[in-house]
Amino acid sequence: MIPKLIKQLHKLGIVGINRRNIDYISKYNKRCLYPLVDDKLLTKKLAIQAGINVPELYAVVTVNHQARDIHAILKKYSTFVVKPAHGSGGNGIIVVAGHSKKGYRTLGRTIMSEESLENHILEILSGVFSIGGHADSALVEYTVQLDPFFRDLTYQGLPDIRIIVFLGVPVMSMMRLPTHLSNGKANLHQGAIGVGIDIATGITTTGVWFNDIITEHPDTGIEITGIKIPNWENLLYLAARCYQLTGLGYQGVDIVIDKHKGPMLLELNARPGLNIQIANCAGLLPRLKIVEQHYKELNTLKERVSFIQKYL
Amino acid sequence: MYPPPIPKNQSARVFPAMNRTHFYFFIFSLFLISCGLFAYKYFVFGFPIAPEEKSNVWNIEVHISFDAQNEPVKVVLFLPGYSRNFIISSENFVSRSYGITTSTDNINRSATWAIHEANKRQVLLYRIQVNKVKVRNPPDSTPFFEWEVPEFLEPNRSAANALLAEILRKSADTDSFVMKLFKLLNAQPPDENVAILLDKEASVDKKAELAVQLLALAGIPARVVNGIKVATRTNDAKIERCIEVYSGGKWTSYDPVSGTSLISGNYLAWWRGTKPLVQLTGGKNLKTNISVGLQEEDAINAAIKRAETINPHLLNFSLFSLPLHFQAVYHLLLLIPIGVLFLVILRNIIGIETFGTFMPVLIALSFRETHLISGIILFSILVALGMVARLYLENFRLLMVSRLASLLIIIIIFIGIFDILFYKLNIEIGLSISIFPIVILTMTIERMTITWEERGSRTALQQCVGSLIAASIVYFFMFNKYSRHLIFVYPELLLQILAITMLLGRYKGYRFVELFRFKEFNKIKQ
Repeated sequence: MIPKLIKQLHKLGIVGINRRNIDYISKYNKRCLYPLVDDKLLTKKLAIQAGINVPELYAVVTVNHQARDIHAILKKYSTFVVKPAHGSGGNGIIVVAGHSKKGYRTLGRTIMSEESLENHILEILSGVFSIGGHADSALVEYTVQLDPFFRDLTYQGLPDIRIIVFLGVPVMSMMRLPTHLSNGKANLHQGAIGVGIDIATGITTTGVWFNDIITEHPDTGIEITGIKIPNWENLLYLAARCYQLTGLGYQGVDIVIDKHKGPMLLELNARPGLNIQIANCAGLLPRLKIVEQHYKELNTLKERVSFIQKYL
Repeated sequence: MYPPPIPKNQSARVFPAMNRTHFYFFIFSLFLISCGLFAYKYFVFGFPIAPEEKSNVWNIEVHISFDAQNEPVKVVLFLPGYSRNFIISSENFVSRSYGITTSTDNINRSATWAIHEANKRQVLLYRIQVNKVKVRNPPDSTPFFEWEVPEFLEPNRSAANALLAEILRKSADTDSFVMKLFKLLNAQPPDENVAILLDKEASVDKKAELAVQLLALAGIPARVVNGIKVATRTNDAKIERCIEVYSGGKWTSYDPVSGTSLISGNYLAWWRGTKPLVQLTGGKNLKTNISVGLQEEDAINAAIKRAETINPHLLNFSLFSLPLHFQAVYHLLLLIPIGVLFLVILRNIIGIETFGTFMPVLIALSFRETHLISGIILFSILVALGMVARLYLENFRLLMVSRLASLLIIIIIFIGIFDILFYKLNIEIGLSISIFPIVILTMTIERMTITWEERGSRTALQQCVGSLIAASIVYFFMFNKYSRHLIFVYPELLLQILAITMLLGRYKGYRFVELFRFKEFNKIKQ
């Protein structure tokens, strides 16, 4: 049973954690570049410099006393998101949907007093949500408006599209749909659904929920396979440009699509997970190897984006 | 602001490949050095591989004293020769101005001291060092043995003949003959014929002597063996007799008391025959005393001594040259690499999820004080209590460092309460938890709580159980007497552990746990 499975995984070219870490992350991702993606503020600044669309930054809180003055700034915006700059796994994110007399109305239709929002910001600053517990800063930014295309596909939360970009070439992608179980978060291990997307055409293939393969959303019952993502080519270009942005050879690009402003870069990941292979029913290894052989010949963005389509 | 260090021409970026030859050469060198040192220390110095392999060395001293009378003195002492249980590693004679010769007839070895003239009290010393050995094939099969049929006078002759006839009727072979003989000799009340033969002198020595005579009369070669028991330290070892009977081409020993052929493994056969140990001519007031001393030097010390003479430089650079209390530190310190090695296997090959990178090793170290089972129980209780405290602290929205500090203080209070409680209840383990690393506990609780909140109770419990399992496995490999012994006696094994750890660092295969994650792929047909 197990030897047969290992043989099958080898045949499909499934990359395991060890191989990913040795052959790809430690080889192509320079340690000194990690801060560029771990700090969302830095990523945002880089993206703006490069002309890549990102959710607009409203305010940054870096020192404790700034938290008290934040309300004056927040009054200007009816809806906004508070998140830690070094957060991971969607933790510590609060989405405010509007103001009320007593304070702020959050997405879960609960009221949050001004003081508890301040406290939340202070927690972010003290490093509760950051990797390794280091002191952090809090970002207040634009709330991405759900594109009508995604409205039916998701239950609460914001679905995003993860594209693995290897040496500038988008190699594999999936859509992550939050569920009731994942509490609106788009992380697979928290219960979000991963839906594979054919990297060449932008049409969804199969879905994976925890370890099971599914074809419809468990909360809404909507079919999630065979859907064409609008403007797929644009998303690929956006993802491919992120290589120049950071210089990380192997990275995961998370993109959200805004109703008004179109595709936006949400964040970058220097150690993208391997569940994307399950969602795509395919292994990364053959694609990574072919890119490794040819990446020196690919000089323009266009060549890189179209490269994988030729080889699949 | 970071200036992104990216060259304009992306495709010109180079990603250097790992130098495999260099890597494997390095690994190979580590193995080579380690194995070389290991072999050198093992074969040349004889450092033991297994713990508590003790070579029991006994010092035996024969102290002979007598009064000389201004005339020539000759002292003959029997020397131990072949023995089934011991080998003689050294032998020396201490005697001022005596001439000494040793000789061997076909049964016994003996030493003869001689001096032309002596007076006053004389002291002669004979010292040997014997090593206890487990099994040795008997090299003695003395083919020829001078024995003469003793002449019994009446009424002893009739008694002897009657006794032999009776034994012969009730025995099948030599073995049963001998056993029956001793049964009759030791019978209570004494057999009529035995009583005549022993003539009131019913000592074990006399019985052994008589048995040999009777056996000779029956045509069975036998001899008296004199020896001592080498088992405990004593200043006055008694000579004990047993007999050896020649049958089936070899000598078999019999214990005259039990009449069986089972002779104690501690019996050192000294000489054969009925003569006394020391024969003195030209002196009086002979006193002979045998003392036995145990020189229980373990095999390590023996090896160190060898190393001192063979290669003192190597020994100067070993852990044994450190003071004892430093050595104790290394006894613990050197175990950590073993634990870490197994942690690498558990995490990278099996894929067990644990809190923190080395947390299980630290937990295992703390189990050293509490022992495994009580350690796991205490650990679980303390973590559970700590999590309750952590949840309570959550209400106050403290900053991280002060929250952790508060948690630590609460843990110490818990441990104190436990200690008092266990002490009052007379449970021993309680006293050892005070050494339980408190910081490790605090960090575990903090991480567990965060995992609990971020990734759900299932993941948190999974990681907690994973950590405990990893800690138990690591504990098992770290704290067993073989690991402790090997790594301390052969610290060069660290190089091998390093090499294996590095090799494992290049393991690109699937982790065992990953196979479950990817099991869906088994259903895909290509």
